Amino acid sequence: MTSDDVSAEAALSRVFTEEWGRLVARQIRLTGDWDLAEESVQDAFALALERWPRDGIPRVPAAWLTTTARNRALDVLRRRQVEAVKLRQSAQLADHLQGGSLSTALEDDSGIVDDRLRLIFTCCHPALALDARIALTLRTLSGLTTTQIARAFLVSETTMAKRLTRAKSKIRNAGIPYRVPPAHLLPERTAGVMAVVYLMFNEGYAATEGDALIREGLCAEAIRLARVLAGLMPEEPEAEALLALMLLHHSRRDARTSPSGDIVTLEHQDRALWDRAAIKEAAAVLATRDHEVPPPGPYRLQAAIATCHATASNAAETDWARIARLYEQLHEIAPSPVIELNRAVAVAMAYGPAAGLALTDRLVADAVLEGYHLLPAVRADLLRRLGRIEEAHAAYQQALALTGTTAERRYLEGRLRETEGG
Amino acid sequence: MKYMMFICHEPERLDEAVAQVEKDDGAWLNETVGRGVRLDGNALRPPNEATTVRVRGGSPLLTDGPFAESKEAIAGFDIIDCADLDEAIEIAIRHPCASVGSIELRPFWQ
Repeated sequence: MTSDDVSAEAALSRVFTEEWGRLVARQIRLTGDWDLAEESVQDAFALALERWPRDGIPRVPAAWLTTTARNRALDVLRRRQVEAVKLRQSAQLADHLQGGSLSTALEDDSGIVDDRLRLIFTCCHPALALDARIALTLRTLSGLTTTQIARAFLVSETTMAKRLTRAKSKIRNAGIPYRVPPAHLLPERTAGVMAVVYLMFNEGYAATEGDALIREGLCAEAIRLARVLAGLMPEEPEAEALLALMLLHHSRRDARTSPSGDIVTLEHQDRALWDRAAIKEAAAVLATRDHEVPPPGPYRLQAAIATCHATASNAAETDWARIARLYEQLHEIAPSPVIELNRAVAVAMAYGPAAGLALTDRLVADAVLEGYHLLPAVRADLLRRLGRIEEAHAAYQQALALTGTTAERRYLEGRLRETEGG
Repeated sequence: MKYMMFICHEPERLDEAVAQVEKDDGAWLNETVGRGVRLDGNALRPPNEATTVRVRGGSPLLTDGPFAESKEAIAGFDIIDCADLDEAIEIAIRHPCASVGSIELRPFWQ
């Protein structure tokens, strides 16, 4: 391999990450055919891989790829027209073409809205199943292959391929529009898009099973999508907040597990392992709106909580009282027993384990978190700190019976041994 | 795009559905007809008055009752012509029976 090959491949892989989503989104708008859009963009990259090492990297790589993908699609559509295949897309295209030729239709770049925004709203349409929304976003916007997505979600490639095909055919046949929703639907749909991106992140962040690299890639991809979203929707403060929140969580990735794969809880993490660049970026993102008056949304509050952790030099130095207040605010706008449980932890850190335990008593009484292993796990820790070892032991056992992942089981088993014979 | 809206609910909840329709007092109907969105529609007699027809080995086979037993049954239908699924969803959300049972939106084949 010559150095030209290497630099062409490096350039190509960078352009792929940056441009795939934009290219596919544009092709979908122009052809109305999702499969054709993906194929033509893929073909353009394949051709680049062949040509660029030989002919050199084009001056504007994205423009070269756009033209190549467009010509590919044009060839296919011409062939279809010649064959008079009565595909729905051809009919649509025929309507579209009534004032001009096929090539001018494909050159029409008058869309003022970034095509990626259309694409993300369509991929995250609430009429699609949640798992399909995530898969379709990863396929069309991020350019992950079906194999990669299947591996990330621990399903077979056939299952994932079917899921993607089904989603695309529903978009086509059920009339899911390819557009940014109108103003009256926008707040709800934007929240839906952000939920998908955050879920994608958590899919990579929370699970400890499966290939660690792929899981981490999922987090990185969610962050990249949030960055795109925040850039495309500057008037949406929550998009930036979501980006900051994920950056802050992700900054702890190297400290969250020990070399043997055991979970390291926040208070015991080696803070030198935290990614300072990510924390700095998050702070900068959040600072742009610090002066604004409107009440903060749920992502902003969560990002503020994460900031408290990220900026504290150790667990004891953390501003737990502020965290408890932020959780209370969060509970007011988005009531959830999980948030209450988190508040209980913060209250215990700020005002002592007894105060925290009292809050968890209410959750037990309400029976709203039955089957959720973190409730007995938190109670066990608080009971242990209060010296109520026998009750702590029982709670650890309860938590252990409810948890599924190996790393969490190991952590709880360790604690269980510590409280044995108490 | 044309969509068939199946209005479904548990047959026992017919009274509730009727109450909702009365409360709506024709608002949904007037609006959708006025906008030129609703092409047709009607309420249907309960499933126990249905007759299911099959032809097997060339012979007709009749069953007294619906084609499949289920908790919810089709209680009515509306045919709507919309710009896209978003408009159809918006119309379905405001259908008086949406709060009693469920509404299945099925796009026409063509």
